[in-house]
Amino acid sequence: MTVHKGRGFACINYPIGMNLGGDPSQALVHSTPDGKFMVSLSSIDLGQGMKSVTRQIAAETLGVPVADVYVDTADSDTGPHCMGSFASRGTHRVGNAVIRAATEARKALLEAAAEELEVNAADLETDGQGNIHVKGAPTRTITVADTAIAAQFKQGRTLSGRGIFLIPPSDVDPDTGEMTPVSCFAHAALVVDLEVDDETGEVTVNEINSAYEVGRALNPRLVEQQLIGGAWMGVSHALYETTEPYYPDRNHGPEDFNAYLMPGPGEVVDHNIAVLERPAEDAPFGGKGPGEMCANPVLPAIANAVYNAVGVRCDTLPITPERVLRGLLANGGARPQGVR
Amino acid sequence: MMAKTPVQFSLNGSSAAVFVDDAQNLLDVLRRGVGDLTPKYGCGQGTCGSCTVLIDGEPHLSCLTLAETVEGRSVETTNGLAAGPNLHALQEAFMENFAAQCGYCTPGMLMAAKALLDRTPRPSREEVIEAISGNICRCTGYDPIIDAIMAASGQATRRTG
Ligand code: FES
Ligand code: FES
Repeated sequence: MTVHKGRGFACINYPIGMNLGGDPSQALVHSTPDGKFMVSLSSIDLGQGMKSVTRQIAAETLGVPVADVYVDTADSDTGPHCMGSFASRGTHRVGNAVIRAATEARKALLEAAAEELEVNAADLETDGQGNIHVKGAPTRTITVADTAIAAQFKQGRTLSGRGIFLIPPSDVDPDTGEMTPVSCFAHAALVVDLEVDDETGEVTVNEINSAYEVGRALNPRLVEQQLIGGAWMGVSHALYETTEPYYPDRNHGPEDFNAYLMPGPGEVVDHNIAVLERPAEDAPFGGKGPGEMCANPVLPAIANAVYNAVGVRCDTLPITPERVLRGLLANGGARPQGVR
Repeated sequence: MMAKTPVQFSLNGSSAAVFVDDAQNLLDVLRRGVGDLTPKYGCGQGTCGSCTVLIDGEPHLSCLTLAETVEGRSVETTNGLAAGPNLHALQEAFMENFAAQCGYCTPGMLMAAKALLDRTPRPSREEVIEAISGNICRCTGYDPIIDAIMAASGQATRRTG
């Protein structure tokens, strides 16, 4: 028995959202009478941080503290329409819609404050702490809360805004067949180091090193969290998970969590991540979001590393011990592809 | 009508009294009988750990526990972790270490971790892994959870920077 070390590399250009159907999302922003702001969305937070990021985006655009912004994703029947939380589109599409809605609400906020302070709205600025001042005259000030109260009970005005983000559907050029299916890409490169046991066929991933270019990391800890969890899922898909291990034969498939294999806390792989920030022009504050590509490059990198280790090219996932052993058998044994 | 059995137990330090059906499991009684929604129903067959609660300080899968068997015993759930406005050290550490994404596994993880720390205040990383090995998490990749439990026990995490 020999344990062979292997290293594999994969890189990825990942499209953010999809343009074919226009891919729209809407957002509505309104203030409560005490000067807090509510962002209504139908975009669902599955744990990826949609609420946190749209909250930051709204607060930054409105010019109010993050603590004074609430995000409500309660009900897609009654909320503003969203295409959904998929295609790595949330931060980009929904974030852009929130910027537009919050920009309109900010305009109403400043107009209401201008009426109270008897100045021109263009001469006002927010301090991000819940106050609105006259530029260059910081003592001429009103709080966002007092502005909201005045708007609601005196001026009869809503501090609200509507936003939609839509990239026009891309047509096919009849002459060239050319089209623009996507507008914005994120990128990553990833290296996997692993070991393959040529007697048992078992693959053990030892280390992952990755670099992700996600535009601006709007919330760096959330980005890191997604990348860690996503890479774990990538390892899981590459080596463990399947519902039909002998597809199209349905036999031997798992029927519950006992038999559905996934790596547990004891199989955690060390993962060193470099996040490269290259803000995208059409993205909200430059943020594209990590999304699905946090899992994707792990799979080809592992397949390449297995090939590098023992010369077995697995083209069916997951790369189970059985598949590795069948490959070794077909090759007449391990054929390490490079010394390292 | 099926006969109901009265059961009294301590839930997070307060006394609870419910009528339970024959063969009703503790998870169902906690969620529907008492209204404590913190233990989660994941699989109902003892394979995911999201329903983990402590019975007399030991972690148990409440979906596989007959409700009648907690008569006179002490049950702890995530609902009882915070003291007033003060979160439990584990809850703080889970937040600080970004150890939850969707959060479905979190109550089970917290209770499994609490049982460990109550018994072993400064566990090794291997002991932490062992303690949560019956709990499935789909989102985090486990590392942030292991780090959070280490941090809650006052020990260094692996995270640098
Ligand atoms: S619900 Fe009890 S272990 Fe899954
Ligand atoms: S945070 Fe989603 S299952 Fe653990």
